[in-house]
Amino acid sequence: MSAPALNQPAERAEARSGRRAGTGAEVVIDAVSKSYSGTQVLKDVSLTVGAGEVVTLIGPSGSGKSTLLRTVNHLETVDSGSVTVGGEYIGYALRGGALHELPEREVLRRRTRVGLVFQHFNLFPHLSAVQNIAIAPVSLKKLGKDEAEERARALLSRVGLEGHGDKFPRQLSGGQQQRVAIARALALEPEVLLFDEPTSALDPELVGEVLEVIREVAGDGTTLIIVTHEIGFAREVSDRIVFLDQGEIVEQGTPEQLLSHPTQQRTRDFVSRVL
Amino acid sequence: MTTTTSPRAARDTEPLAAGQPRPDGAPGHGPGPAPSSGAHPTHGETGATLTVVRRKHVGRWVTAAVLTFLAAQFLFSLATNPRYEWGVFAEYFFAPAVLSGLGLALLLTVLGTLLGFALGTVLAVLRLSPSPLLSAPAWAFVWFFRSVPLVVLILVFYNLGYLYPTLGLGTPFTTDYWLVEFQTTLTITAFAAALIGISLHEAAYASEIIRGGILSVDAGQLEASAALGLPASVRFFKIVLPQAARAILPNAFNLVIGLIKGTSVVFVVALPEIFYTVQVIYNRNGRVIPLLLVACVWYALITTLLSIAQYYVERRFARGTSRVLPPTPLQRVRSAVGRWWGSLASDQGATPPGPGGAGRAAAAALATETQGVTR
Repeated sequence: MSAPALNQPAERAEARSGRRAGTGAEVVIDAVSKSYSGTQVLKDVSLTVGAGEVVTLIGPSGSGKSTLLRTVNHLETVDSGSVTVGGEYIGYALRGGALHELPEREVLRRRTRVGLVFQHFNLFPHLSAVQNIAIAPVSLKKLGKDEAEERARALLSRVGLEGHGDKFPRQLSGGQQQRVAIARALALEPEVLLFDEPTSALDPELVGEVLEVIREVAGDGTTLIIVTHEIGFAREVSDRIVFLDQGEIVEQGTPEQLLSHPTQQRTRDFVSRVL
Repeated sequence: MTTTTSPRAARDTEPLAAGQPRPDGAPGHGPGPAPSSGAHPTHGETGATLTVVRRKHVGRWVTAAVLTFLAAQFLFSLATNPRYEWGVFAEYFFAPAVLSGLGLALLLTVLGTLLGFALGTVLAVLRLSPSPLLSAPAWAFVWFFRSVPLVVLILVFYNLGYLYPTLGLGTPFTTDYWLVEFQTTLTITAFAAALIGISLHEAAYASEIIRGGILSVDAGQLEASAALGLPASVRFFKIVLPQAARAILPNAFNLVIGLIKGTSVVFVVALPEIFYTVQVIYNRNGRVIPLLLVACVWYALITTLLSIAQYYVERRFARGTSRVLPPTPLQRVRSAVGRWWGSLASDQGATPPGPGGAGRAAAAALATETQGVTR
């Protein structure tokens, strides 16, 4: 992986050590708060996700779980607190006790350590499935065009879409589109993969095929943070489930603890409603 | 036109046939064999096949007949009214002065469009910047150049020497140009004045068209590009612009087609583009109508070519917006000719290796080709 020049040599060494193919990075969310026009959507949230761990965020609509997920790759900025991935701040450099905003190019480079899969897929409609997957490695000069397309086809067969490479997104079903989107996120070999309600926009009979792919990805050592409403899937795939409500973490634990023996009343109410 | 239907299809059509008000509100018994409810058997149980009688669109046919008559009347007068003086038209249509005027109009259109859209793209991007430091100047530019008439712009640039006799680089806020210095009147010729005026004017309009196109792209596309770490240039040129093009192109072609005729304002600086040229000629020989027709027919020809180009360019950018694009008019004609040739061939039927067989094969090939259009 030929990364562009980093700012400081120390930082470079640090970045290298955290990067082995198929190895996840640790995500540390520290005291993050965020408000939108007066409404506080995240209140002093702290959460550490270990390298290779699979963590599911559950909670009612508007609980802040999607916002929290998006702070991890700096798509959402935070008002206070910090987020690090493999020890690196995605949007900032720590200098003299303050976080300095990084130039955009550097933010983009650091962001490639984190992949994001959207609820509405957000595939590029004017590009074929293969082009959708290959555009990032090619644009970031990580791979040549032919090599990237060859890898894109390999990724497509990994998500069960062999032979669909030349189709445009609109020629694919919702479940197939989401699987292409997962392949696109995998193309940069991220250390952390974020899923933002990956099955919420799908017809019920297409949910299974997408969950199957996520299950497969969960087994390969990448750190996964998943926002989902599929409680059964969360129970099966997660190492840990985190329950959020009104912008704060109410309770967390193993699937067994949280879903079967919740200690908080709010968790009990939510779990009894969705199970 | 009658169609036999399966019992299931017949049931589906029943509610319409059973004398209910029609969707378009027309009474159920217009001319033609409109069904009256009494005539309907309870076909659902008998399973009998029913024929569907298409409604007759009398209004459409009457309108079409009237329009055809009016068009025929006009074409007849074009051919027979001697005052159109088609001889004079033919004499001047390819006259060197007219052709060079047309060349000038095309040159100004092409250069004005290229410069206008290049500058317009920059302005649109500035205008969309979250920072008012960039968006406010872009807004001001657009406001100014949409406010000032193009004629005035061209005149001001042509007469710039009156305001600023020399232009150059030197000490700020003075006319001490010790680095480089030009005589304004020598630098800004009539052509340069026209081109600068047209380009700035077009840029203001183009920037709004491009901005509209960019705004039409779903925000999720930018989020996805950002999440993938795509550099700004890739985001703009490979993700946003190709999708924005769908919304930009129809308006952009409008602007270009408007400009080809709009270039006629350069007569104010005595540039002999086509419209100015025919005016000069008819002021000399008094043949006003045929010479105006010369200019109009040239404009119509250019507009036709641009419209055809528009169709294919838009089609190119429609990639991925629908599962299968409809065939182009050319493909439709070819497949229709193929079908006709095929039916001709099958009528000749039993003459095996003759042209009939080849025709059928060709027709089949054309039909497959037409169906196979996926982009």
